[in-house]
This record gives sequence, structure tokens and C-alpha cells, in this order.
Amino acid sequence: MWTTWVRERAVGALPPEKLLPDRQPAYVSSWIYVFGVATIAALVVVVASGMILGLKGPEWWHVTSIGRFFNGIHLWAVELFFFAMVVHLWGKFFMGAWRGGRGRTWVTGAVTFLVAIGAAFTGYLSQQNFDSQWIASEGKDGLNSVGIGSFFNVVDFGQMYTFHVILLPLAVVALVAWHVLLVRRHGVVPPYPAKAPKSAAPSPPQAAPSESGAP
Amino acid sequence: MSSAAGTAPATPDDAAPWPGPFVRYDLIKELVVALVVMAALAVVLTILFSSPDDSPTTIQSWAKADPGDFLTTATTELNRTSEIATYGPPYNSTSGSAQKIGPISLQEAAGVKIPIDTAQNYVIEPLREIPADAGLKAALATYQAAPSKLQEAWAGAYEEALPKARFLGGVPILPAGRYGPVAPMMAALLGLAQSGGLDGALVAGNHRFYETNYTKPLLFLSGGEYFEERAEGQHLLGTQWGMMNETGSYPGQVWLWLYTFWYQVEPFKESPNADALIFVLMGILSLAFVCIPFIPGVRTLPRHLRVYRGIWRDHYREIES
Repeated sequence: MWTTWVRERAVGALPPEKLLPDRQPAYVSSWIYVFGVATIAALVVVVASGMILGLKGPEWWHVTSIGRFFNGIHLWAVELFFFAMVVHLWGKFFMGAWRGGRGRTWVTGAVTFLVAIGAAFTGYLSQQNFDSQWIASEGKDGLNSVGIGSFFNVVDFGQMYTFHVILLPLAVVALVAWHVLLVRRHGVVPPYPAKAPKSAAPSPPQAAPSESGAP
Repeated sequence: MSSAAGTAPATPDDAAPWPGPFVRYDLIKELVVALVVMAALAVVLTILFSSPDDSPTTIQSWAKADPGDFLTTATTELNRTSEIATYGPPYNSTSGSAQKIGPISLQEAAGVKIPIDTAQNYVIEPLREIPADAGLKAALATYQAAPSKLQEAWAGAYEEALPKARFLGGVPILPAGRYGPVAPMMAALLGLAQSGGLDGALVAGNHRFYETNYTKPLLFLSGGEYFEERAEGQHLLGTQWGMMNETGSYPGQVWLWLYTFWYQVEPFKESPNADALIFVLMGILSLAFVCIPFIPGVRTLPRHLRVYRGIWRDHYREIES
């Protein structure tokens, strides 16, 4: 049965001790590692506050103080999300975190960052205030100039709201889940060697550090 | 945390299981703590700063606050000389207006997908909705029956005289001139706008009850100086790094800094194709960012920068001691 094959592949790729390990390499004891989980935590706050705003409808936060409060949480959680994510990305860049076949982990993280920018952009367009009017009137020129403005029409509130509350959040959450599973599967990248290997004594191929992200 | 047995190797295989020491680790605990901290930070920031919500500009507020600018914009829409009337695709097919990337115009290739006839959509159709005004109906009939050169002459003369206009009780009073039916048409349009009727007419112009597409009124608003002056006051213009700013003193989309940066420098700053060129440039840079692990030279950069020595300083201190 194909379902058995899928189960066996899933458990083989991510056995419980890899999915939720109770130990990590000692080099993980650095503050920079906090920002990955901080990004996910901020995303949870963004999604939760966004769901409350979505449940009450797009007009609610303009006319009630409790709505305004939840809009504030949504806004600041987005700012925290991007702050944590950018620090996380820079940290991973300086670690060369794609080494040892971890290229897809970097790619999913980078694509998540770009899709999250789209999610935030449509959020700013969905505010229904002067800021969203202005961003729409400016943003349309960039999109129209490359011929995609009629397919992704930033002055169409209905289309942007749908992108913001359903399509792009789903994409961000799915990408983050994929990214985390890849991190769990391949583990965190080890530190660079303390000293570069001497050219006179070449390492065997399987022991040579791989700079490439290719698996 | 307690260390397990093992010694960190000097040259590890990056893909192999870590042969060095381990520490105890609770992923769920870390996530819960992070969640509490992030939620608390968001609540504290909200209590301290709330969130901005500057009310939108309506056509009514524009027509009341700056009737001269409203009439100037509306007259250029009637004369089809406005920014939107000459925009090109996707709104109309004005020749030579589409942006290019070298010899290629993706804007032109996409074609007219959201057709907007500014004279019809912004002036004539809304005026037709005004009931029981025989004078206006006659003016509209005269205007539409006239040859296009005469229409342009009337609207051109009216636009030229507008800077000398006075407004008494919201009614425009212009020096005598050859404005033909354009003067009563524009006075009626101003009255419709000041009453709030034009906002509704442009959103629900297709006679549907529900509407979520604000393309027509937003494009109309964006043609006026009033809208731009309000944006300038909120430091939102493109020349003010506007796309990444927010109204007031709030942080906006700071992550768009690089996209906004290109608009501040040559050769993009003065280029008529700036939007297209910057969009393509950012597309290439974004692709390069995603593909860093596969770009020779870039993927080995972190090794040479040696910032990792600070990140893993405890690890290096241990193996070097």
C-alpha cells in the first residue's frame, strides 16, 4: 500500500528522536539560535491576532477600542516577526548554514522571508485607512510596469484582503513547517573547522567539509 | 544543562552526525518561553504605542477641502490628459507611455486588462446619475454632440481659468470665458462630490450592491495634488522613502528598505522606466538571495568573514584551549 510507504518514509526521515530531540550539540548554546524560535513564536502571535481580527471583520478595529487593541498586537507582532527573522537570517548566513547538504533549509527560509513580505504588504493594503490608500496608489506602478498589475491588483481591496487573510498566511505557515522539518531532519550546521585543513594532507572526500548546499 | 562525553573535532564533516559533546535540550519549553515573551512584548508595545489609523481620504473630503484641485483633476479626466488617462496598460492603450526594460515592455505586452475611460467613468457617467436637472442634461447632450476638438477647447479653457476661480457656497465662479457646457457640468460634478455622491457612484458604478474593488475611486484620488500633499505631510512620498514608512512616527515596512533605496539613487531616480527596472533588479537580487548556497564565491563568503568565530566563541575557546 502506498500509505504504508508514505508512513515508513516519514518515520525513516524524521524518527521521534530527530523530530523532538532531548539533546543538541553543545555549540548550539549561543543567543543567535534563539531568533529562529522567536520568529516562530512571533508568527503564532501574528496568526492568532489576525484570526481574531478576521473573525470580527475588517471594519471592527476602526470602530472599537478592543479591535484597535488587537490590531496593535497584530502590527507589533509583525514588526517583532520580521526583526527576529532578519536576525535569524543574518545569523544563518554568517554560519554558512547551508553546508553539509542543508541547501534546501536555507532556500525554504529565504522563500519564507520573501512570501512574508508579500503577506505583510497585503496587510498594509487591507488596513482601509490613508496609509493603505497611499501604498496602493504607489504600489500599483511597480506591478503595472512589469505587466502583473491586473492579475495582482493592489487597488482592489477584496483581492488583497483574500491574499492577506488566507492565501499568503497559508503559504507562510506551510513554508515555516517545511523549513522546521528540514532543520530537524538535517540538524543544525556544525561550526567551521577551527583551522583550515593543510593542503599537504588532504582529507578523504567523505570527511571534507562541504560548502555547497546541494544534498 | 549537562555535557555528554565527547570532544569537538577540528575538521568535522558538515553532513555527518555531530561527534562532539551534547547538551540537554527541551524544544517545547523553548517554544513556550519564546511564545510568552513575544506575546508579552506585543502587548506591551500595543499598550505603549497602539497602532496608527489615519482616516482615508474620500472624494467628498477632497472636494470640500480643495475644490479647485478637485475641479482641475476632474477637468483633465474629462479632457483625457490626466495621469491615469495617459497611463497606458492596464488602464488604456496610450502609445509610448508603458515602461520598458531595454527594448522589452512587459507592461505593453500585458495589454489593457482594466479599461478605464476617464471622461466617461469619472465625469459623464456619474453626471448622468443626477436626476431631475434639465440644465445638466442639456449641457451633457451639447458636450457629447460636439466635435472632439471643440470639447477639448472648452475643457482646456475651463482648466486654464480654474486658478482664478472663487467658490461661493461650494459653487465655482470663474471669469467669463468660452467654457461651453463644461462649466455647468463641472459645477454639478463638484456638487455631487461634495455631497458624497461621487464616492458611491465610482465604487458602485456598475449598479451592484456589494463592492470591494476601489480601483476607480483610488485612481481618481491619486490624480489630485491634495492626495499627494497629504502623503508628503506624512513622509510617504517615493522621494521620502515612502513605501517603507507608515503614517505618524510608527515603523512601517522597514524590510522594504532595499526596494525603496533604489528610488533614491541614479540611474533609477530620474528614469522614466524606474518602476520596471527596480522591480526586475529586486527580482534578480531576491533570486540570488534564495540561491546563495549554490553561488560559488558567495557561499564561501561567511568562512572568510569569520563572524562565525563570535557566534560559536565558546566552541572555539574550548577546542583551542
